[in-house]
Amino acid sequence: MGGITPTLFLDMGLLAMLVVVAMAVVRLRSLFAIVMLQGVYSLLSAAWFVSLDAVDVAFTEAAVGAGISTVLMLGAMLLTEREAKPVPLQKQLGPLFVVCIVGLAMFYAVGDMPAFGDALSPANSYVGADYIAATKNEIILPNVVTAVLASYRSFDTFGEVVVVYMAGLGILLLLGLNGNAGKWRAKPNGQNVGDKKGEQS
Amino acid sequence: MAAFFEHFNFVVVIVLMMTGLFVVFATQNMIKKLVGLSVFQTSVFLLYISLSKVSGAQPPIIAKKDLYGASYGTGGGYDSASSSVPDSTYQAAEVLYSNPLPHVLILTAIVVGVATLAIGLALVVRVREVYGTIEDDEINKIDYNINLEGVAK
Repeated sequence: MGGITPTLFLDMGLLAMLVVVAMAVVRLRSLFAIVMLQGVYSLLSAAWFVSLDAVDVAFTEAAVGAGISTVLMLGAMLLTEREAKPVPLQKQLGPLFVVCIVGLAMFYAVGDMPAFGDALSPANSYVGADYIAATKNEIILPNVVTAVLASYRSFDTFGEVVVVYMAGLGILLLLGLNGNAGKWRAKPNGQNVGDKKGEQS
Repeated sequence: MAAFFEHFNFVVVIVLMMTGLFVVFATQNMIKKLVGLSVFQTSVFLLYISLSKVSGAQPPIIAKKDLYGASYGTGGGYDSASSSVPDSTYQAAEVLYSNPLPHVLILTAIVVGVATLAIGLALVVRVREVYGTIEDDEINKIDYNINLEGVAK
């Protein structure tokens, strides 16, 4: 589809940078560096979303993925620890095996997927095209994504708002409003849970 | 080689997804686990969005001519005066747009994803308050001791 174009090299460059960042997340142990790299990962994927014509998603990913997520993670990191302990190699072999099996199963399915940029793929030919055609006449809005999100599927969007509200409520119930989050230490029966028995703190 | 260029997005995105999954499985530190989950999630977004790409297409924002052409007619100078794009661009052929539905799906998923991430981080802070650590194996050890002997007599 379309052959080898300059955009293809842009896509490949962005994907190569994403792979490098992901590998760095695996290798690093400083939590600050890991959290910042997660922000970089979100920003790079937002850049690729622009190349993939998903401008609204790129907006949201840059604001929410690279902005709010990073701030939340930095806050949680400040309330807990700065460094991840190293994991012994023999404990990494099991996960590596599972990940390889899952990855191979997915690679097996790649041959059946539609080609990149295929206009006639099942995903692109029926419902999506219908929404574009209907938006012109039914909801006279230029942006089809906005039309689907706010009009055709507005109850879903309302449910999304409820989810965010519930998350805020949950965090409030978990951490409280007294400003002691992360500083307070639980001591059931007057003893730290982390201490060994008999070592009264 | 041509097969690789047709499917390169899937190949790389699967590698990225498995990297995120490996971080979730292999690390003991809970914050790093959540970062891995976030990387995994963003990679799934990349998979969906790359499916919606149509080569040579525009973002799904309808051109002014297509949108108002039917209702406003051709009499007004509204379009031709304000638009710098010549009319022939839109009249020559039907404009191709990328598929907007995956975009809508992923927009919802991003917002729900940050909500779950926030809850997860709040739980990590609570775990640290009670156990004094956020390393998985140390928490398991403490839990084992508590189950064996109880916190206090």
